[in-house]
Amino acid sequence: MPGILVVAEPLEGSLSGVSHELLGAARQLSAQGGGPVAAFIAGSEAQAKETIAYGADSAFAATNPALAAGTAEVLLPAVQAAIAQSGAEIVLLAQSSLGRDLGPALAFANKTGVAMDCVELKIEGGRLRVTRAAYGGNARAEHTWRGNPQVATIKAKSFDPLAADASRSGAVTTIDAAGEARIKVLGIEKATSTGIKLEDAAIVVSGGRGLGDQSAFQLLEQLASALKVAAVGASRAACDLGWWPPAQQVGLTGKNVSPNLYIAVAISGASQHMAGMSGSKNIVAINKDADANMVKVSKFAIVDDYRKVVPALIEEIKKLG
Amino acid sequence: MNIIVCVKQIPDPETPASSFRVDEAAKKVIPAQGIAPVVNPYDPQATEAALRLKDADGGGKVTVISLGPDSARDAIKHALAMGADEGVLLNDPAFADIDNFQTANAIAKAIQKVGEFDLILMGRASADWDMGVVPTGVGQLLGVPVVTVAKAIEKSGAGIKVERVLDDGFQSVEVSLPAIVSVSNEFGEPRYPQLRQIMLAAKKTVQVWSAADIGLDAADVGAANRVMPLEALYVPKVESNVEIIEGDTPEDKARNLAQKLRAAKLI
Repeated sequence: MPGILVVAEPLEGSLSGVSHELLGAARQLSAQGGGPVAAFIAGSEAQAKETIAYGADSAFAATNPALAAGTAEVLLPAVQAAIAQSGAEIVLLAQSSLGRDLGPALAFANKTGVAMDCVELKIEGGRLRVTRAAYGGNARAEHTWRGNPQVATIKAKSFDPLAADASRSGAVTTIDAAGEARIKVLGIEKATSTGIKLEDAAIVVSGGRGLGDQSAFQLLEQLASALKVAAVGASRAACDLGWWPPAQQVGLTGKNVSPNLYIAVAISGASQHMAGMSGSKNIVAINKDADANMVKVSKFAIVDDYRKVVPALIEEIKKLG
Repeated sequence: MNIIVCVKQIPDPETPASSFRVDEAAKKVIPAQGIAPVVNPYDPQATEAALRLKDADGGGKVTVISLGPDSARDAIKHALAMGADEGVLLNDPAFADIDNFQTANAIAKAIQKVGEFDLILMGRASADWDMGVVPTGVGQLLGVPVVTVAKAIEKSGAGIKVERVLDDGFQSVEVSLPAIVSVSNEFGEPRYPQLRQIMLAAKKTVQVWSAADIGLDAADVGAANRVMPLEALYVPKVESNVEIIEGDTPEDKARNLAQKLRAAKLI
């Protein structure tokens, strides 16, 4: 019977968060007639059993020490073996550093295509149909596959994980395959930064070309400082003008942020920018143009001159303490 | 060092959302009036990386390949104006609306026709479909190792050393040549073509190859032969639930906003 293979990812001896979401998504597809759910993990049998607790019917533990390199090329033959043994026609991966490489490698090695960063999955007539964003979020595209495997990566936080159920049981098979390591990993460095990192900030204040001049960013910094847990970003247009460091650019070619509160000051909301911040939980727009895209997508908006609005906003926030 | 750079022309990602339209029946984006297509924003970084590596190596050739309509010649010209040596435009009506597998396959065939190469560089993704899979796809089809999302590339012995951007940090890897590397925006600012170079670029050769020229059969190309059919393309309905904050003066509005944000526990 055809089925679904989930490529789970290890994290500190356990499973990464998005692995739980992958298993939750696979269970939904299984309920729609997608077949049984097998999980693959480059890790121990204990980790493989954990995938079963989170929703897999069976699991493969790939234990070859060469897999420690973590590159797609060493993992590819091991995942191929899991596809062959499980008979899976659908393969789901995370849109992670690994999934970004392994998804296309797996698809192209099998002369089929891959859909990246999917936000919706469903079974139609026994086949997978996915929805993903294109054109910086301006469009949605839906895809199907002619052949197998149907390979898709899923966007983080798009699918609900299931609660672990230790009473679930299933077969665990070990796989020894590993690919040739043509790429030698010399080292990994965890990102560190001083101050509040843009990607981690609970609140992001961003400015765009509509600010008119560089000095306006001092005002945005004052606003961020009054909010205490905020970082300051900018649109590509503002960075291209040299008003703010390119490393602090939010957007398609910059940082991807999803803060609890995103305050967009004089940013119209072109797809280049939206692609980097549309995951924000709450958006506030301060813009002179009531028709600006950013105003439409926001929760609260002030349609007025930021030069008058922002200083008063800083004062009031300080007053509220 | 002989380097091949792949570039793509795409609709301008700075196009205002209000000007973005889709022909849902044809499953195509309708070009926005008066907004010219641009070079995919990640690609000039790939060209920049190629030029720096060629200079550091003291010789070789940088060949630019683009798959697209006649207008994609502009994307090639941009790379030539930056300093690349030659261009190849993969141009055929049968290339319209092909999928990522067909694209990778066509580029792999074109690279084989170009012949000898040490390194293939591409942008980390194209900003239109934003999949980022063609570099890996071409590597898989050519049997060449692929290193993605590079922020720095340098020669190291007979190979290269690449600094990669990961989700939560950086990874340093070494690979022998030939190899494929996809370049990210973290690489740094690409050079801006100067007028003199733009004029010189006009004299550089751009060959035009059809599907048949690179050995592709009718079954390898054409939207009807996609391995991953596009079933639907549409603009998602955004339900605007915006609350416009009222007030007699801008200052009043600001005070009202601060209070709303506090009431909603957002600040």
